[in-house]
Amino acid sequence: MSRITKRFDTLKAQGRSGLVTFVTAGDPDMATFQKILNGLPAAGADVIEVGVPFSDPMADGPAIQLSSQRALKHDIGLKDIFAAVAAFRKTDADTPIVLMGYYNPIYRYGGDAFARDAVAAGADGVIIVDLPPEEAGELLPALRKHGLHMIFLTAPTSSDARLPAILNNASGFVYYVAVAGVTGTKSADETSVKQAMTRLRAHTKLPIAVGFGIKTPAQAKTISALCDAAVVGSAIVDVVADSSLRNGAKPDVIAADVHRFVKDLAAGVR
Amino acid sequence: MAFVQPNTFRAGADENGHFGIFGGRYVAETLMPLILEVEKAYNAAKADPKFKADITSFNAHYAGRPSALYFAERLTQHLGGAKIYFKREELNHTGSHKINNCLGQILLALRMGKKRIIAETGAGQHGVATATVCARFGLQCVVYMGTKDIERQKPNVFRMKLLGAEVHPVEKGTGTLKDAMNEALRDWVANVDTTYYCIGTAAGPHPYPTMVRDFQSVIGDEVREQLHAAEGRLPDTVIACIGGGSNAIGLFHPFLDDASVKIIGVEAAGRGISTGAHAASLTGGEPGVLHGNRTYLLQDANGQIKDAHSISAGLDYPGIGPEHAWLNDVKRVEYVSATDDEAMNAFQVCSKLEGIIPALESAHAVAHVLKIAPKLPKDHLLVVCMSGRGDKDVFAVADALGAKL
Repeated sequence: MSRITKRFDTLKAQGRSGLVTFVTAGDPDMATFQKILNGLPAAGADVIEVGVPFSDPMADGPAIQLSSQRALKHDIGLKDIFAAVAAFRKTDADTPIVLMGYYNPIYRYGGDAFARDAVAAGADGVIIVDLPPEEAGELLPALRKHGLHMIFLTAPTSSDARLPAILNNASGFVYYVAVAGVTGTKSADETSVKQAMTRLRAHTKLPIAVGFGIKTPAQAKTISALCDAAVVGSAIVDVVADSSLRNGAKPDVIAADVHRFVKDLAAGVR
Repeated sequence: MAFVQPNTFRAGADENGHFGIFGGRYVAETLMPLILEVEKAYNAAKADPKFKADITSFNAHYAGRPSALYFAERLTQHLGGAKIYFKREELNHTGSHKINNCLGQILLALRMGKKRIIAETGAGQHGVATATVCARFGLQCVVYMGTKDIERQKPNVFRMKLLGAEVHPVEKGTGTLKDAMNEALRDWVANVDTTYYCIGTAAGPHPYPTMVRDFQSVIGDEVREQLHAAEGRLPDTVIACIGGGSNAIGLFHPFLDDASVKIIGVEAAGRGISTGAHAASLTGGEPGVLHGNRTYLLQDANGQIKDAHSISAGLDYPGIGPEHAWLNDVKRVEYVSATDDEAMNAFQVCSKLEGIIPALESAHAVAHVLKIAPKLPKDHLLVVCMSGRGDKDVFAVADALGAKL
């Protein structure tokens, strides 16, 4: 059984929803990122999304755009990210790691090599923002061969007619994008998320994580109660940015600030 | 791998929007239903004689089509070789070929009931054309434009504002066309219900590359007729500049299956390919995925998109339309490049000899004509697309030449 499946089973057994945290690899630098990453499970992250920085993050709002830019100053590539995941795995064998980003860095690396090296490093799944089911056929065989979950996005605009095409190839969990917009801008709305969950559950038995527009522990509490996990990204990345700006290059201090915020989010979800 | 010659070069894209491995629909799920809706609406419009009649009528009475095919006699004499014709797209309303596409797409948006139009622009030609057609139909218009481009294309920025458009400066990245396109996509995803995204070039997710090509093919269709009337035959060579490649695909597409017609696309070599400061995605790029399609891209070993450079804002883009990527790989079209300096020289030669100030974009095509025409026989018919007029560029050119205005 994969780490992702196991983790969602455990959450179910505990009768609670999970917290998925997003941080961009290499933000603000690789050493600080590693400290942030390694401490996330203790702070209360149930699943970790590691952002693969990209020069042109078309689906992201300002917070994640800037975090990508900070990371890319250090020329962070997939090899560096795999090394960081492998280092994390020496400290934690159970918390699932999902790589999240855009298709071009993966395409450039080569689909098969990507899946192979991601799994070897200890990653469990991948979310590729600009690879919808219509285009995913070219990558799915490699992911299946090496055992990396493809986590598909569903959106408020995804019609019922479209959902089977998305969900037939989904594995691990399903990501519901709670707002039509870029990351970190609008706020997720309780009523529409509730309706969306009913719609999605009719098409899938996979756990559903909801993200985009969840910024505070209170919002995380409200939304996570409606689904299997709440995803927080931009708000965490903002803490990385603020703390770096205030403290300079102090990995311990920045990581501690991030972990404190994640603890608050986790308290909301629990 | 052996290459099997297709029966036709004009059949693409396939039903999933692919030209060989290029093209496709690489967009976020939130946008996917919209892209499918645009495709459905476009297919319905294509089958509706009323839509075609509307476009033909606006092309004739609003844009001023057909644009002239002009024998450039003095340039021909000066170069002493091929007989050179200019396809005068710069004479269209708004001063470039961009109006062809905007009329088509905005008539489609009206059919779809959209009231708000967004667009990206580099040189401002597409932004001006979009703002113009929006003004004509009373639609709200928002144009995204990089801050660097706003600086070097001030006249067009003011024109857009006069036409009632909001111009949103984009500071992110390099402040050029690619960043403007990112920002337009972000706007679209946040305003899916009300908004139609009018992409300015033959790139982006399917059906845009095909749709924009169809609207621009009026260029090549007219050339075929006009040259037949003037010379009684097909051209021997057709040449156009390429950023995303919309004027080029519009000129090329009607001739793709005429084996005797040599087709040449001219990319922007900036300060020279070897310097790395260029915008020639086919010459200096590799296949990748950006802005909804797979195509040749300027990128580094990690798949990060590199900054393009061209003196011409309209060519300053690290990618190229996917149909061009395919035509390059199947070797139907020859893709070459011209540097900033070569384009600046062509800009001046064309102005002095023909009394036509070309857009800096079009000057890249003229630059290649200067290179090859002298070596060609006098009965060689060469058609170059004068995609836009250069009024917008005179300040930038004056700067580059060190002239004080």
